Amino acid sequence: MQNDQLLPNLYRTEYRKIVAVLARLFGFEHIQIAEDIAGDTFLLATETWAKKLPENPAAWLYIVAKNKAKDHLKHNAIFTQRVSPAIQHESSQVNELEIDLSEENINDSQLQMMFAICQPVIPAEAQIGLALRILCGFGIDEIADAFLSNKETINKRLFRAKEKLREEQVKIEFPDANEINKRLETVLLTLYLLFNEGYYSSGGNINLRRDLCLEAMRLNHLLVTNKATDLPAVNALFALMCFHASRFDARIDKDGEIIIYDEQDTALWNEELISRGTNYLIRSSRGEQLSRYHIEAAIAFWHTKKEDSAEKWENILQLYNKLLILEYSPMAALNRTYALGKADGKEKAIVEAEKLTQLADNHLYHSLLGYLYTGIDKATALRHLQLAFKLAKNKEEKNRIAKNIKALDK
Amino acid sequence: MNDFLLIFRRDANFDMQLTPAQMQEVTKPWQDWMGGLAAQNKLANSGARLAVDGKVVKSDGVITNGPYVEVKEALGGFIIIRAASLEEAAELSKGCPILATGGNVEVRQIVPMQ
Repeated sequence: MQNDQLLPNLYRTEYRKIVAVLARLFGFEHIQIAEDIAGDTFLLATETWAKKLPENPAAWLYIVAKNKAKDHLKHNAIFTQRVSPAIQHESSQVNELEIDLSEENINDSQLQMMFAICQPVIPAEAQIGLALRILCGFGIDEIADAFLSNKETINKRLFRAKEKLREEQVKIEFPDANEINKRLETVLLTLYLLFNEGYYSSGGNINLRRDLCLEAMRLNHLLVTNKATDLPAVNALFALMCFHASRFDARIDKDGEIIIYDEQDTALWNEELISRGTNYLIRSSRGEQLSRYHIEAAIAFWHTKKEDSAEKWENILQLYNKLLILEYSPMAALNRTYALGKADGKEKAIVEAEKLTQLADNHLYHSLLGYLYTGIDKATALRHLQLAFKLAKNKEEKNRIAKNIKALDK
Repeated sequence: MNDFLLIFRRDANFDMQLTPAQMQEVTKPWQDWMGGLAAQNKLANSGARLAVDGKVVKSDGVITNGPYVEVKEALGGFIIIRAASLEEAAELSKGCPILATGGNVEVRQIVPMQ
């Protein structure tokens, strides 16, 4: 590994571990101190490693972070008075304070932190931001990039979210067994949105967006491998992510533009991720619970089939019907209509598509109508594609629609 | 937007004669119709299918076995949809698969509790 890459890489993997362990020790209300200690540790590394690289860089970081934590407890009387009672049962003396940076404790701390951050009292985008900062060790500038925002906005958003969690006296702990399903709902939704942020947003840095997906998968995997959280919906969401991730290499061209499903080189689909997803989908089918993640994972499973068969599209159509009956979303409504066209023919799909008047200002809706009318009524297809072009919000999407308009004349 | 209860009535003998394979065939138009309503964000509640057997309890304490109306007009199930008017709700009901097998749909606006 290049030396200049060593520190950024360690930052990404170790910062979050140090923060999670220290914050769990100090309590969520002192999370800022945990973040400062972790930040100072990396600052010191930047200063001293240039002269001499330690033999075991990760261990060096842990030792320095532990010492800084102990120093902080010793020298900050007010902090110690307030926090000590909480810590005292762990150790009678600050000097003997055991800061446990074992893999097991790191994993536990991160899982508990996940539950602490994913709370309905703060907005979803703030949950995702906090997760990226605290659980994934992303820098503020990276988070700003991922949200196509700026550092100041993100800083404010995270600050407000932490304040709110403090006010709510959020604890870094495992929820009770009888609460876990309810609490997991919020955690899973945050991970789902984090993954989608990386997968579906267009523009920005492709590598960074892929990292968001991989981080969502890493956190989801932590839940899958923990006995208390290894529940059907958790496995279903992980299966869904594996299936989507299997198309990472096929869905982006060399210029960073999205290649739509129909035009992907299926040889680039990742078979290993597909079979992993299939395993987790099977694991998710224990019990009675059928979550939206189950249905979405099943839809994604059928999308991993390369052959365009009647069976494939009929299954996808019925799964979208189920998903919509469970919970409406504009994307599901559009995808359901596309599947109907594939399963029962474009004419039938056009009738259904024309009923979706609530989506009249959605560019994807007019793209869909443009696609359905292609080969049936060229003038109407053109009219919808032009409207889609007008309504589309970014360059990538406009480019794609322009391509479809051009293709009408072929 | 208001909520409307759609009540499905059909010949109760019809369901009982279906083989599992035929049942599967009957399911698709229902799923497609309800999926279509849901895609318009007009499905408020996916309701339920009702068993053929039932009992009717009367004010004098007498309990009789159902079906208690004409067997050809037995209650088969219900859903709740969202529509701007009774007319629109009735229009949306035209696609109901029960019509294809001689059944009918009763459309009633739900009056919100005060």
